[in-house]
Formats: sequence, C-alpha cells, structure tokens
Amino acid sequence: MNQRDHDQMKEFLQRALLPVDADAEPARDLWPAMVRRLDADSATPTLPVGAGFNWAWFDGALAAGLLALAASFPAAVPLILYYL
Amino acid sequence: MQNETSDVLNEFRQGTISAFETLFRQHQRAVYGWILRVVRDPSAAEDLTVETFWRIYRARDRFEPARGFEGWARRIATCAALDWLRARKENVELDAEGCFEMPAPCGADPAVNAEIRARTVQAFDRLPPKLRIAATLAVIEERPQKEVAAALGISVAAVKLRVFRALRLLRKDLKQQGITP
Repeated sequence: MNQRDHDQMKEFLQRALLPVDADAEPARDLWPAMVRRLDADSATPTLPVGAGFNWAWFDGALAAGLLALAASFPAAVPLILYYL
Repeated sequence: MQNETSDVLNEFRQGTISAFETLFRQHQRAVYGWILRVVRDPSAAEDLTVETFWRIYRARDRFEPARGFEGWARRIATCAALDWLRARKENVELDAEGCFEMPAPCGADPAVNAEIRARTVQAFDRLPPKLRIAATLAVIEERPQKEVAAALGISVAAVKLRVFRALRLLRKDLKQQGITP
C-alpha cells in the first residue's frame, strides 16, 4: 500500500466512521456504581500468598522426571530449556 | 490550588476514600470521553469508567503524583478499553456473522451509503484490537500521535506502524468484499 492508498483509505474511514462527541458525558452519576464496586472488592476475602497455587502431584512427578533426565543426560538440558 | 491538588493526590495514595471521590468526580468525564472514543458504546463506556477507576484505586500505591493523574488514568482507561475490545472480539467470533448493525451516524457523509458504511464498520470490528484502537484514536478521532502513544504505552513510531497496518488490513478486507475505497 503506497502513500496515496494510505491517505485514500484514511479519508474513506473518516467518512464512514465519525468521531464521537467531544463533550460526551455519562448519562448517570457513576459514583454510586463505583462505591458498590469498592464494597464488593473489600468484601472479597484476600487469599494468603500461594493459596491460589495448586501444586498437583502430576507437577511434582513431572519436575522430578525432568530433574532425573537432566542429571542422567546433561546434554539434553538445552533441549529441555528450549521446549519450556 | 496546587497544594490542594497535591494534598488530594497524596491522600488518594494513602487510600482515603474522600480523596478518591474528589479525583473521581474531577476526572470521570474525561475518562468516560476517552473510553467512549475507543469503544464507541455509551453503556460500555460507563461500565468501563467504573472499571478504570477501580483499577486506579487498586493501583494507587504505584501512582507517582509528579507524573500527573490524568495521563496515568488515561493509560489505565486505554488498557481497560483494550481488554473490552478483546473480549468482545472473541464474542463476535463466536457469533456466526457477528451481526452488528450500526445506524448511520448523524452528519455522516451521504456519499458513503448505508451498506458500505455498515460493511466498513464490520470490517473495522474485525481488526485486531491493538491495531483498531490505534486507528480509532489517531485516524477517526484525530488525536495527536504523541497522546495516542502515551495512552497505549508505545512509541510514536509504533503508533504510525499500527495505523498503517490497520488501514492496510481494512483495505484488503473491503477489497475482498468488492468495496474499493
């Protein structure tokens, strides 16, 4: 696409989609909704660090397997890192 | 006045709700207007304004008063709007045709007929959100590229590149539909 096509496309887009009203305002006071959002947020219990992380047995087995592989075949380490 | 503003910003950083409310009331219109420019849906813009201020409140520890509130708020608003565009794009792709019917805007150029306009809007909706947001702000809204770059957290050169790619993709899409701009 050359500069002429670019300018033509720009002009076409400006004709098809008009800018929104610069003085647009929300139709309602948004502060009450904000307060509800803040209240909902404060009501949500905060999880302790690491609580959301579930260390499944499969992850442990996979990590152990990878460590064993790395110890037995050190040359495979770059390959494993590549696929991580 | 300067001290008053500075006090409000410092109190906001400490989590004082009254200071946050002051900032909310001072900036909600600007934030709403900015989001509306991006998403072009008044109802979604209202929800996203609340979402933006909620993110602002949660990130208050990272706010640097010396850098100003407005630019920071605009950056967060842009991220929220981009997330919304991405989510909507996924929903549109799930719908068979993504049939968004957009009425002809008031004062639209009569030379561009309703069908072409509708197809252009649909093609524009199909653009990747990152490209679409840059094109919306820089081309349709004619915002200065520096301002767009700051809001998107990218360089001016990257804005130019995204606009160029957006227009090229849009042209290709329209050509496939037999529309020559």
